[in-house]
Amino acid sequence: MIQLPVIAANRLCIDYKLDKQWVNAINGVSLVINPFETHGLVGESGSGKSTLALALMRYMADNARIESGEVLFYGENLLLKSDSEMRRIWGRQMSLVPQDPLASLNPAYTIGEQIAEITRLHEGLSRPAARQRAVEMLERVRIADPEAVARKYPHQLSGGMQQRVNIAMALSTQPKLLVLDEPTTALDVTTEAVILDLFRSLIQENRGAALYVSHNLGVIAQMCDRVTVLYAGEVMACAPVDELYANPLHPYTISLLASIPRPLPGHETRLPTIPGVAPSLAERPRGCVFAPRCPVALQQCFDEKPPLEETGPGRLVKCHRWREIADGTLPVETPHEPPAAQWPALPGEAHVLNVEGLSKRYGSRTLFSRVAGDESRFVQAVDGVTMRVRARSTLGLVGESGSGKTTLARCIVGLETADEGRILLLDVMIPNMLRRRSRAFLRELQMVFQNPNDTLNPYQTVGQALERTIRRLKTEPLTPERIQARVIDLLAAVRLTPDYAGRYPAELSGGEKQRVAIARAFAANPALVVADEPTSALDVSVQAVILNLLKDLRAREGASYLVISHDLAAIAYLADWIAVMYLGQIVEEGSTEQVYSAPSHPYTEALLSAIPAPDPRIKQGNVRLEGEVPSAAHIPCGCRFHTRCPRKIGAICEQEEPPWREAGSGHRIRCHIPIEDLIVLQNSAP
Amino acid sequence: MTDASLTPQSPPYLPRLKRYARALVGMLQQFRARPLTLLGAAIVALFLLLAIIGPHIAPYPYDAIIRGAARLPPSPQHPFGTDRLGRDVFSRVLWGAREIIAIPGLATGIAVFLGTCLGMFLGYIGGWVDEIISRVLDSLLSIPALLLALVMLGTIGPSPVGIVIVIVLLYIPIVTRVIRSATLNIRSSGYIEAARLRGEPVVYILFREILPGVLPALAVEGALRFSYAIFLTASLGFLGLGVQPPSPDWGRMVNEARESYARTPWALWFPAGAIAALVIGVNLLADGLRRIFRYEGQV
Repeated sequence: MIQLPVIAANRLCIDYKLDKQWVNAINGVSLVINPFETHGLVGESGSGKSTLALALMRYMADNARIESGEVLFYGENLLLKSDSEMRRIWGRQMSLVPQDPLASLNPAYTIGEQIAEITRLHEGLSRPAARQRAVEMLERVRIADPEAVARKYPHQLSGGMQQRVNIAMALSTQPKLLVLDEPTTALDVTTEAVILDLFRSLIQENRGAALYVSHNLGVIAQMCDRVTVLYAGEVMACAPVDELYANPLHPYTISLLASIPRPLPGHETRLPTIPGVAPSLAERPRGCVFAPRCPVALQQCFDEKPPLEETGPGRLVKCHRWREIADGTLPVETPHEPPAAQWPALPGEAHVLNVEGLSKRYGSRTLFSRVAGDESRFVQAVDGVTMRVRARSTLGLVGESGSGKTTLARCIVGLETADEGRILLLDVMIPNMLRRRSRAFLRELQMVFQNPNDTLNPYQTVGQALERTIRRLKTEPLTPERIQARVIDLLAAVRLTPDYAGRYPAELSGGEKQRVAIARAFAANPALVVADEPTSALDVSVQAVILNLLKDLRAREGASYLVISHDLAAIAYLADWIAVMYLGQIVEEGSTEQVYSAPSHPYTEALLSAIPAPDPRIKQGNVRLEGEVPSAAHIPCGCRFHTRCPRKIGAICEQEEPPWREAGSGHRIRCHIPIEDLIVLQNSAP
Repeated sequence: MTDASLTPQSPPYLPRLKRYARALVGMLQQFRARPLTLLGAAIVALFLLLAIIGPHIAPYPYDAIIRGAARLPPSPQHPFGTDRLGRDVFSRVLWGAREIIAIPGLATGIAVFLGTCLGMFLGYIGGWVDEIISRVLDSLLSIPALLLALVMLGTIGPSPVGIVIVIVLLYIPIVTRVIRSATLNIRSSGYIEAARLRGEPVVYILFREILPGVLPALAVEGALRFSYAIFLTASLGFLGLGVQPPSPDWGRMVNEARESYARTPWALWFPAGAIAALVIGVNLLADGLRRIFRYEGQV
């Protein structure tokens, strides 16, 4: 018996209305999801993956229309159904787990009421029965105290908990199709790992099909059975997950997989990048949409659109040259520049930055609390951190959100004033307060910010922004011509043409804005550049460009970096030295190789274990952290990590602060467990 | 990548004028797409024109009492009729346009300027200074506008300068609040922090980095305040606290005509209609500006 696919899209075309004009977003996409299958939909931002996923549920934005094609749900065309018929299908037969967990929960109702509403509506359950089902659902998504959580309001829950509630809602009617639209993008990597485990088992229990939409190739590799790769609104490839990752046939897939930084250190190499940017909806290439960026494109690729061909059982690829790629006669090599010459390391132990006992606390410093000596209302964001950045090297600072890593970086550059501690720049003590720092110190200490969209003033051209920085921080008087020359030089250093100087930020892509921000940080040859999550808002292929660029500039300018990230894979590529931070303290530091292999602090171990490897054959590690980072207002006593530590050894962890233990050549771990025991524990772990 | 052409070909710095011109054309196109905004702009432009040339094209002086022409209904000779004293209403409305625009305009300008400076400063520095001044301004907001005006003008005597002072005092807290909240949205941006990290003085950050960002809020707020100020000025005129007789004041003309409304209704219609038209025009314009800037102001 032939099984009907759960959902089948045939030659679907979707248009958006932008400025009174219809532009095509999804172009003739066909997609089949079979029962019991978890189908991955992967693509960069703007590829149309969310549009497509929602269109499969016949859920469209107001300014979108389905121009042609059909969507068959168990053989029935959804596009012919009336709205009231769709309302019976939505929520009951297909449901959605959205990207932003909080925005999709109604703040005015308790969790229990919201989940109960669905079964009352779709299954006609009575109020008490629906309420009971809601609590059961919360239990199924492994919420510890479901009765209590059911009585809470959405804002009282953490992001991970909110996403559990969303999945409980989505699964409460046992839908045939579950659409997950980037459900873990907003979460920390440790929380993500827990939620992914949960998804995996729940999707299996639910015995329906699932569509998992993500830009993260690691998550897709770990979650899905089959994967469709979307680019500029067209399917580039579709394959079982093992084959897609082990043996990709499309040049786009090959380049994308190559551009991911791997969690294992590889400083010597550069990340291969995909040149250019994805085409905008309005000006899609006539031939193959990927041709302008493809390293192996022929004239034919520009002239004629390749067909989506079946290359094997369940494998589709849209490329003129897939046969050559498949039989190995055409190697797809993305542009690969040799690494720039490194500055020779400085002799001895030269440090560009020394931080000693730095502390920062926030809180309502009201007159009353000061007089009363009430300390409880303070939030200790950074607590006595001592660390060093060696000259011409990169220190990576990693940790979950709430670990204090951003506050620490902001204290160092002076955007926040540290309460206690000393900051030594090039062995000279500098004031903690930004206003007291002389221009010479400002020059040596610059910063790259996280959000590319507010890093540049929208009312100033790129040239104006760079010129101003040069003029403010210059060491000698410069003529206007010299300043302009320097602007062009800086733009060239970040691979931008001189005409970018006349552009406004609105005319730049996210990656280009971030490049200008990097150019601005390097405007006055700083000794140390602090980069706060410089690539976390960017797509994988753009991230590779920025990571390469940061590396090149460090080599070229002889600067040092302090890079903050929650992405341990990206930071492994950049950093020589890693410091792991938890609740305002550093818990482990060492060279990248040392930190990424045993022995490591149980917290580091959990962070590493949580990384979804972009390879379906490598299973995610199984060390999981339950719960959330405790609030910095109520720091646990003893070892701060004991409330979540999977390797807690006993009462000592709750009572005594752990000592620093030396693991050799500068590698230090702050834990009660002796180094030898950690090695044994971690090497025996499966 | 783009390193194919690193040698400068086109001048890297496009003429700034060209860019401004492009922005202006874009704005005009926006106006054209919104007929109501265009109507508002046209009304405001007409009244501005009247304020400038009104006294020159008025057929009679504002205080001329035409013999034997009292209580005449509108006619080609007297388009708006004459009042009970025999003064030409059309001429008086034309003469009055100058004051009804100049007083609120000047007052709004001063209030918006001071309020913007204060709002940006408070929003940027934050801390206890902001806390104290903001609370004081909030408490000023609770004073009813007319009450303050009556008390103040009653004390210092009715005069145009008095009205300007009253409006400025009333509107500074409101403008400050709006600009302060617009500044708060900008303050934590990366580009402000980048400016701090290169040691820019506060004045530079306020006027070069923040001001362009609050300009949309400023334009909308300015237009809105202007329309309220017109209304307030007319109200004060009506209560006899504005420009003193016999000079023409639309508000006072309405009040004077009220007594003889049964016999000379036109003497009330035209000044009242002029006030309404101007306020509606300014409001349409403010509303359009808000949409054009996609600014959601909290008024």
